[in-house]
Amino acid sequence: MLTMPRNDLLLFLGFAIAVLTMPIWMAPFGAAYPDLLQRFMIYGLFALGFNILFGLTGYLSFGHAAFFGVGSYAAVWSMKLLTIDALPAMIFALIISGIFALAIGYVSLRRSGIYFSILTLAFAQMSYNLAYSVLTPITNGETGLQLNINDPRYLDRMFSAATPSVPSPTMLGLPLTGFTGFYFCAGFLIIAFFIAQRITGSPFGMMLKGIKSNQTRMNYTGFNTRPYTLAAFVISGMYAGLAGSLLAITDPLAGAERMQWTASGEVVLMTILGGAGTLVGPVIGAWLIKYFENIFSAINENMLARFWDFLPDGLDHAAVVVSAKFVGEGWFLTLGLVFVLIVVFLPGGIMEGVRRIASWIDRNRKSTPKSASPKTQPAE
Amino acid sequence: MTNSNVVLHVADVHKRFGGLHALADIDLQVEEGQTHAIIGPNGAGKSTLLNVIIGKLAPTSGAVVFDGTVLTGKKPYQINQLGIARVFQTPEIFADLSVLQNVMIPALAKRDGAFKLNMLRTLESETEIRAEAEHMLEDVGMISRREMAAGSLSRGDKRRMELAMCLIQRPRLLLLDEPTAGMSRHDTNTTIELLKKIKSRGMTKVIIEHDMHVVFSLADKISVLAQGRIIADGTPDQVRGNPKVQEAYLGGAH
Ligand SMILES: Nc1ncnc2c1ncn2[C@@H]1O[C@H](COP(=O)(O)OP(=O)(O)OP(=O)(O)O)[C@@H](O)[C@H]1O
Ligand SMILES: [Mg+2]
Repeated sequence: MLTMPRNDLLLFLGFAIAVLTMPIWMAPFGAAYPDLLQRFMIYGLFALGFNILFGLTGYLSFGHAAFFGVGSYAAVWSMKLLTIDALPAMIFALIISGIFALAIGYVSLRRSGIYFSILTLAFAQMSYNLAYSVLTPITNGETGLQLNINDPRYLDRMFSAATPSVPSPTMLGLPLTGFTGFYFCAGFLIIAFFIAQRITGSPFGMMLKGIKSNQTRMNYTGFNTRPYTLAAFVISGMYAGLAGSLLAITDPLAGAERMQWTASGEVVLMTILGGAGTLVGPVIGAWLIKYFENIFSAINENMLARFWDFLPDGLDHAAVVVSAKFVGEGWFLTLGLVFVLIVVFLPGGIMEGVRRIASWIDRNRKSTPKSASPKTQPAE
Repeated sequence: MTNSNVVLHVADVHKRFGGLHALADIDLQVEEGQTHAIIGPNGAGKSTLLNVIIGKLAPTSGAVVFDGTVLTGKKPYQINQLGIARVFQTPEIFADLSVLQNVMIPALAKRDGAFKLNMLRTLESETEIRAEAEHMLEDVGMISRREMAAGSLSRGDKRRMELAMCLIQRPRLLLLDEPTAGMSRHDTNTTIELLKKIKSRGMTKVIIEHDMHVVFSLADKISVLAQGRIIADGTPDQVRGNPKVQEAYLGGAH
C-alpha cells in the first residue's frame, strides 16, 4: 500500500470513508437501515467484480448471475455441513465460483463479441434450469436452500452441542445481524475495492485495457491474450461468488432465481449506468439501482391515487393507471427507460457526467484568471 | 541456394482468396542486417505477403522460415516472441491508452513473455520499463506527446508511435508496411534517419514503400511485386534499370 500512487490512495481512503459512514449520510434518504445497506455492499461488490471483466477487457458477460448464485449455494452448504461461521462459507464460495468461472470462461472465451455474450448467457440459463431440475438435491429447487435445525455442521459439533434452534451466521462467534452485518459486508467491499484498484493499476490491468482497446495489436505485440481474459473472467466470477456468499450469510436462503438472466442483466445495467471501466462508477450504479428498486417496488396503487389526487376526476384515474405500470412489479420498466436514456445521452454513465461537470467548472474557473492575467503580468 | 546469412526465407508461397491469386510462387530471401524493400502497384499483394509472414494469414501452400524455425502454423503472438515486429499499413495502436502506455505494453511483452500474471506491481513501480519507453519516444521525437490519448494523434504521429512500439522490442526482423504514408516531408526524413540509425545496429528490415525517395535511400535489395508475382529483384540500381519494372508501374498507374 505504501507504493500506491497518491491519487489512488486518496481515492481508496475517500471510498472507504464514504462506505463506512453510509449509515449517517444515507439517513436523510431514508436508506440507513442495515438490510438495505447490506444489499448496497453486496451488489456493489458484484458490480465491482463485473467491471474487472467488462470494464477492463470489454468482454460483456450476460451470465454473471450464475457465479453469484453458485456462491450463495456454496455458502449455505458450508453453513449446513461445516460451521455456521461466515469465513469458511466465504472461502468455500470463492473456491467453487472460481472453478465454475474457470470452466465456463474457458469455453466462452473461445469466442469474442456477441458470441461470447451469448455463450455466457446460455451457460447461466443452463445453470438456472439445472438448479430447478436435476440439481434439486443440491439446490432444493423452488423452495430454495435454507439452514435447518437438523443440519450436521460437523465442525461446530466437534466443539459444542447442537443448538435448540436454527442458528444464524456468525463471524468468530459474533452474530452478523443488524449493523454488524452491514459493517461485515462493508469491510469486504472495501477490501475488494482495494484489490480491484491494484489490479487496474498493475501491468496486468494495463494488458486487459490493451485487449479492450485493440486485441489484434496485443497479439502482434507478443501477448497470448486468452489467459489474460480467462484470468479476468475468473477473478470477476470470484467477486460474484463472494457477493453471493455475503447475501447468503446475511439472509441464509439461496434460491435459483438469483441465477436468472434478469439478475445477470441487472449487473450489466449497474456497471454501465455508473460508468464501465471506472472503479467507483459500477459501485455507484449498484447503489442507485438498489436504492430506487427499494423505493419504486414498494409503491402501490393507493399511494399513487393519493399522489395524483390533485388532478381533476377521471384524469387522476388515468394517471394512476399509467404510472402504476412503472412501479411495484413494473419497476423493471422504469429501470429500462432510465437505462435507455443513459446509453443514448451519457454512454459513459454517471462517471462521465461527473467528468463533464468537473471539466466545465474547471474551464469556467480557468477562464477567469486568464482574462485577469495581463494586468498582473508585466509586458513582455 | 540457402545461404547461411538468410534470416527470413519465404519459400514457394501461394495465397488464394477464392479465385484471386493474391500471391503466386513467392520466393524471397532476406539477409541478416539488410533492408529489403518490396515495391509494386496497388493490389500487388505486398500487404498480403507480410500478413503471411506474421501469421495473420495462412498461406495456401508453401512455408515461411525464420532463422531455422518454420513460422507457418504458428500463432501471431508466438511469431512476435521469436523476434518479428510489424508496423501496419493502417496503424494498429491502442487508441484509448496514452502514448506512453502504448509504448510500455510492447516493452512488457518483451520482458515478461506471452503471459504473466503481473498483478502485484503498479505501473508506477515499473520504472525501468517507463524509462525505456520514454527514451524510445525521445528517439522518435514524440516525448512531448507522451500523456496524450493515442487515438487523438495525427496520422503521421500514429505511425511514428507504432514504429516506436515495434522498435522498443528490439526485434530481429522489423516489417514496415508503408511507414511514411501520411507523413509530412520533414517527418518522412526524420523517419528515414531513424531507420538508418537502427540499421547500423544490425536490425533486419522488410519495408513496403511507395515513396521511391524512401526506398532508394534505405534499401539494400528490392523485390518488385506485380499481380502476386515477383517480377524483378536485385540491388536498387539493377531494379531501377529493369524495363519490366517500368512497365509494371505504368500498367499499375492506368
Ligand atoms: N483478406 C482478404 N480477403 C480477400 N481478398 C484479399 C484479402 N486481403 C487482400 N485481398 C486482395 O488481395 C490483393 C492484394 O492485396 P494487398 O493488400 O496485399 O495489396 P497491396 O500490394 O498491399 O496494395 P496497396 O499498395 O494498395 O496496399 C487485393 O486484390 C486485395 O483485394
Ligand atoms: Mg498494402
